[in-house]
Amino acid sequence: MKTLVWVEHDGATVKDATLAVVTAASQLGEVHLIVAGQGVDAVAAEAAKIAGVGKVHVADDAAYAHALAENVAPLVVQLMADHDAVLFPATSGGKNIAPRVAALLDVMQISDILSVESEDTFTRPIYAGNAIATVQTKDAKKVITVRGTAFEKAATEGGSGTIEAVATTGDSGVSTYVGSEIATSERPELTSAKIIVSGGRALGSGEQFHALIDPLADKLGAGVGASRAAVDAGYAPNDYQVGQTGKIVAPEVYVAIGISGAIQHLAGMKDSKTIIAINKDEDAPIFQVADLGLVGDLFKIVPELTEKL
Amino acid sequence: MKVIVPVKRVLDYNVKPRVKADGTGVDLANVKMSMNPFDEIAVEEAIRLKDKGVTEIVVVSIGEQKSQETLRTALAMGADRAILIVSEEKVEPLGVAKLLKAIVDEEKPDLVILGKQAIDDDNNQTGQMLAGLLGVGQATFASKVELTSDSVTVTREVDGGAETETLTLPAIITVDLRLNEPRYASLPNIMKAKSKPMAQKTAADYGVDIAPRLTTLKVVEPAKRSAGVKVADVDELVTKLKAMGVAK
Ligand SMILES: Cc1cc2nc3c(=O)[nH]c(=O)nc-3n(C[C@H](O)[C@H](O)[C@H](O)COP(=O)(O)OP(=O)(O)OC[C@H]3O[C@@H](n4cnc5c(N)ncnc54)[C@H](O)[C@@H]3O)c2cc1C
Ligand SMILES: Nc1ncnc2c1ncn2[C@@H]1O[C@H](COP(=O)(O)O)[C@@H](O)[C@H]1O
Repeated sequence: MKTLVWVEHDGATVKDATLAVVTAASQLGEVHLIVAGQGVDAVAAEAAKIAGVGKVHVADDAAYAHALAENVAPLVVQLMADHDAVLFPATSGGKNIAPRVAALLDVMQISDILSVESEDTFTRPIYAGNAIATVQTKDAKKVITVRGTAFEKAATEGGSGTIEAVATTGDSGVSTYVGSEIATSERPELTSAKIIVSGGRALGSGEQFHALIDPLADKLGAGVGASRAAVDAGYAPNDYQVGQTGKIVAPEVYVAIGISGAIQHLAGMKDSKTIIAINKDEDAPIFQVADLGLVGDLFKIVPELTEKL
Repeated sequence: MKVIVPVKRVLDYNVKPRVKADGTGVDLANVKMSMNPFDEIAVEEAIRLKDKGVTEIVVVSIGEQKSQETLRTALAMGADRAILIVSEEKVEPLGVAKLLKAIVDEEKPDLVILGKQAIDDDNNQTGQMLAGLLGVGQATFASKVELTSDSVTVTREVDGGAETETLTLPAIITVDLRLNEPRYASLPNIMKAKSKPMAQKTAADYGVDIAPRLTTLKVVEPAKRSAGVKVADVDELVTKLKAMGVAK
């Protein structure tokens, strides 16, 4: 099977999420990449080095500068004339474009796969990960999004893909990029962090969230996450949210502080290797998944823990 | 301006899903069903746009007869009329998108506002598929919507933060959680909703093929995590963290 992978990038480097998708694609067959963007020579060169990559298709055009789905989807559809499957990371970027491609190809997308069982059969989570479905597709062409935490990352070195330019499919004219506010942080990105410290509603305010969670995260070299309740209350920005509708993470260690453990939160973190929970309610559902639990007041525990580490 | 809002009836988000013993799916017998939470937000947004030039809100559901309840809820919130496309079999996002396209072709709305994802199958596909089929602009994961007479500007929640796009109308929007806080329907409005129009159709009326493309071979529970141990105090936690190599 010839498989195409949409490379997620920020214009300068390949995003980590792409690497897990390459691993999933290599389980289906020959891996080709599509790098779409503006001024993306460096990205294409980096992509060609990913282990296991055959061809790298590069579409360099202003129309692709901001990965607008209306422009990227027709490009991918064009390349699907000689590919059997296309895989995207299940990130906000991939989730935006993939279904549009599927509709244009008249196929049913398979979202968020956890494993490749065979050429046409995959597993995927449903009901916020409370059930795992094995699904088989009848479609000749496959459009798939891949859950990054479920596959090893392909090595960033060792590949020697050939780079090939593809013609632009142009601008749809129906959408325009206006701008973005992308948070920059010194901390590790959530989806690739080895350790994550997350805070919940119990932190009580943005000041307290930062005063307690940040120093602990700094001590551990950890990324910072949050529950939806903490984000909604304004204690932490949107992109900190872990869960069914936030980020799906699976670090070595996940520390949940003042988070009850609603199923929508668990959906985003229960595949972490070790879960540590700090909560004053000994019956909080988070303790049902925690490897290590400490019952007590976080306002006492967290400063003490930070100090003693 | 006319807005269409597709709403799906799903297992209530507060109910813990139980996998059926025979591995065919999740048990939906005798459990609370509700409107998909994202769709409530979509309905709410459409209602709020009534101050900005929206004159009619049509809600659409594809599903079993009981989806009438979901549509009535949307009517009680403030939608004007409803269309139910009855299907006792599950319809996949591609089929739903094709049915919605047929409705759009007939109704010619300026906007279709959907949820970003239905919390049963967690597909996150329908809005993008509909936009693709119609060849119109799409703004997914909306956290802010500003409507003018010929365009809509949408702020979207993306992995690293937020992104803003402008689409020419007609356009498709899918909504994220922080767009708004949906209202509860008042008792008088629930009564009023009973007399609002609700049309019943089938996929055949639109000549749309909704045969599924995917076969679910089995559904199982995820590997269970066993609850671990409780530590007595911070010192014990620190000792354990050191033993694990997390702390020095
Ligand atoms: C469609 C949908 C999608 C959702 N998606 C997500 C998602 O992606 N991510 C997400 O997180 N949520 C999501 N939610 C929300 C989810 O249902 C919960 O409401 C949310 O996770 C609760 O956040 P919390 O645990 O911080 O707050 P709470 O449930 O209020 O828990 C606070 C916890 O802190 C403890 N506590 C209080 N004070 C102290 C103290 N001094 N010391 C120690 N512990 C203390 C309490 O015992 C309690 O357990 C979603 C909901 C819906 C409907
Ligand atoms: N059967 C359905 N009836 C009405 N709307 C639906 C249906 N299925 C999906 N939708 C809409 O599409 C959105 C995304 O669903 P999905 O792509 O299934 O995750 C939902 O939030 C609804 O707005």
